[in-house]
Amino acid sequence: MAEHGKTGVPDFSNWSCPLPLVGYPTIVMGHGGGGKLGNELVENLFLPAFRNPALENLGDAAVLELAGGRLAMSTDSFVVQPLFFPGGSIGELAVNGTVNDLAVSGAVPRFLSVSFILEEGFPLAQLAAIVENMAKAAATAGVQIVTGDTKVVERGHGDGCYINTAGIGQLRTGIAVGPHRARPGDAILVSGTIGDHGMAIMSVREGLEFESQIRSDCAALNGLIGEVLNATGEAVHTMRDPTRGGLASTLNEIAQSSGVGIAIDETKLPVRQEVQSACELLGLDPVYVANEGKAVFFVAPEAAEQVLVVLRSHPLGREAARIGQVTAQHPRMLVARTAMGANRVIPIQIGEQLPRIC
Amino acid sequence: MCLAIPGKVEEIAEENGLRVGRVNFGGVLKSVCLDYVPEVEVGDYTIVHVGFAISKIDEETAKQTLADFRAMGMLDEELGSEEDAFARAAKAPQSSCPDGSCSTR
Amino acid sequence: MKYLTEFRNGEIAQRMAREIAAVATRPWKIMEVCGGQTHSIIKNGIDQMLPAGIEMIHGPGCPVCVTPLELIDKALAIAAQPGVIFCSFGDMLRVPGTEGDLFQVKGAGGDVRVVYSPLDAVELAVKNPGKQVVFFGVGFETTAPANAMSVHVAKRRGLTNFSLLVSHVLVPPAIAAILESPGNQVQGFLLAGHVCSVMGYWEYPPLAEKYKVPLVVTGFEPLDLLDGIRRAVVQLEAGRHEVENAYERIVKYEGNQAAQKLLAEVFEVTDRAWRGIGVIPKSGWRLSAAYREFDAEERFHITGIHTQESALCRAGDVLRGAIKPAECAAFGKECTPRHPLGATMVSSEGACAAYFNYGRFLSAEELVSAGSGLTHG
Repeated sequence: MAEHGKTGVPDFSNWSCPLPLVGYPTIVMGHGGGGKLGNELVENLFLPAFRNPALENLGDAAVLELAGGRLAMSTDSFVVQPLFFPGGSIGELAVNGTVNDLAVSGAVPRFLSVSFILEEGFPLAQLAAIVENMAKAAATAGVQIVTGDTKVVERGHGDGCYINTAGIGQLRTGIAVGPHRARPGDAILVSGTIGDHGMAIMSVREGLEFESQIRSDCAALNGLIGEVLNATGEAVHTMRDPTRGGLASTLNEIAQSSGVGIAIDETKLPVRQEVQSACELLGLDPVYVANEGKAVFFVAPEAAEQVLVVLRSHPLGREAARIGQVTAQHPRMLVARTAMGANRVIPIQIGEQLPRIC
Repeated sequence: MCLAIPGKVEEIAEENGLRVGRVNFGGVLKSVCLDYVPEVEVGDYTIVHVGFAISKIDEETAKQTLADFRAMGMLDEELGSEEDAFARAAKAPQSSCPDGSCSTR
Repeated sequence: MKYLTEFRNGEIAQRMAREIAAVATRPWKIMEVCGGQTHSIIKNGIDQMLPAGIEMIHGPGCPVCVTPLELIDKALAIAAQPGVIFCSFGDMLRVPGTEGDLFQVKGAGGDVRVVYSPLDAVELAVKNPGKQVVFFGVGFETTAPANAMSVHVAKRRGLTNFSLLVSHVLVPPAIAAILESPGNQVQGFLLAGHVCSVMGYWEYPPLAEKYKVPLVVTGFEPLDLLDGIRRAVVQLEAGRHEVENAYERIVKYEGNQAAQKLLAEVFEVTDRAWRGIGVIPKSGWRLSAAYREFDAEERFHITGIHTQESALCRAGDVLRGAIKPAECAAFGKECTPRHPLGATMVSSEGACAAYFNYGRFLSAEELVSAGSGLTHG
């Protein structure tokens, strides 16, 4: 696998591909044209990486077999910069992001589509590394990438590589979760430390870089969520994976959707020491910093302890914590008890959180 | 204008005519200009604002200040006038939950 | 983090709050000038811990809030120019000018970049010889040494493509202006600890003497803030008006001599317009003659700016502590964090944004009658 170096550019010297990529070392307009160049990309890069029967038919649409029941579908686009960062790349994000959206909706993720929008001049070696990362992530998550598309835009009109993924999953029977289903008394749990992904990105962002061991937490959560649902099923009312905007945005959204108040204890939020330090350095609040491998659970209070045990038994949930509860007071607002014992409202963020000097 | 945080100087070097330190902020390392704190050496703690160290932290004073803070209010409790103080400090929350319901773990 | 976490101990904080309650026999109004202190007070809920009657008034110590509208408009004009890399601290990106903000300029194609340190901007100038790199040098005395070093380095390295758009403001004249303003209710001040770590606190005894107000050099963590407030209250109760240092581990009476030396070389005192307050004489710094070549206003000669402040905005009255944000007619209606009319609603330590976010906790009636501050008393 392409290693990530300090500057965010992967080291390809150890990378070997089973089939050599013919011809051009960078993406040209022709790769998006559907002709020979485009076919070469599919044959030599996408197919070997994503290999599965539905994809290999190479039809305009993938034909899929699914048992009866309801389906969930989700889509997301990924435009992260830099493309490679400590702990991952845009490839894993693209797979895990959609897998997680399906999983938190109570579905078992099955199939993904992937669309690439590449910039003319984008190095093929980087595309290959991204694709390899996607293949690995898909295998780990137990999903197949069954159809895709590639378009190329002129130099200067794209940030190297944008990816869209869409996914289909099968809803588990007996599970009804949604952002509107949180109710007063529900216990709120988070599966692990917050702010890792956002600060990993910051650490390599031009103008703000710093040295640390912080790595993105990018991961597929369907396994973890599956275990929680198997153990406690109906007791789970709401699940969400807090991504951009952080935990605070997710909790605010759920408070709005469900028309309830949310009360959390700041001292219970799991935050890695280094993430906290990096936030102090830049004047950021970890509750607003992005995550890519964490889930929040709203569960009936009598099931909370059991969910915590299940989470902590899973590799992705070792630092799971109970952080608060849903209340009928202060509806639609997220209120945190600070370490001082006082209360503060944590509002919805307006736009991106920016480093500050004040 | 005021966000400055404490860090420990781990290395010092000259870079482009400036005295630059590699400073450790709780596990995060950053290059910091030390030109304004010529007295700071490796192992010292300094307060850093926008990439510049602006003051050395006097560790003895810090320890004393903390000890003073810790001692504050202790005498009151020992003398049993705590209830009066509580009555006056009307806003100190009495329960561990903002809405006064159950307790978290 | 060492020397940070210890000063956030909740148990000690509660005890210190009880100490303040034990000492206070009358209501007092204390102002913290520094935006960073406002941020810490709101974020930690320090104001909620204080006894009823002790009211914190949030002062104009937010350089973001007080940067004159005209300068914001010049910044927008410069940033929009092709061939310019406009660098800034993150705080400034959403401050509204007459039309739009730096974020919108970036959206329209301007090369606007957030940096951590002014030296990062100097490095960009070195790496991009074909571009003009401009750094938005905003701040109080704490940030001035960094900005001073950036032009000093640029001059030493002979860079012709680096300039500073300067908007430095000074704390002592601001305090004097507040104390002079008619209807002033502030009875004591927490002095900005990091400003004082640079400048020392030798400038303040004449102010304490002239206006008979206690001035306490205070830090930023909860225990430091509570200690500063406690000392101010103790003085007020005893009828004293002295300068005290409650941040001794960082601040010395004479301040940082090395920094002051370079500041004296790079900057000179000038009158400055404070947004929402007006011109305060000798309240700012501009580049001295020896460094004038690095002044972005001179290098770019921006003309044709028509500055228009919102007629509804009362940020100035809020900044002077004359009204509470909730008492402004536009508060929460035409003016919200999503659609701010003035800088005090944009910056997270602007008093209006802080009250908006905290104030939603209360009912509308409570907000309106929040005459003694948003406290539960």
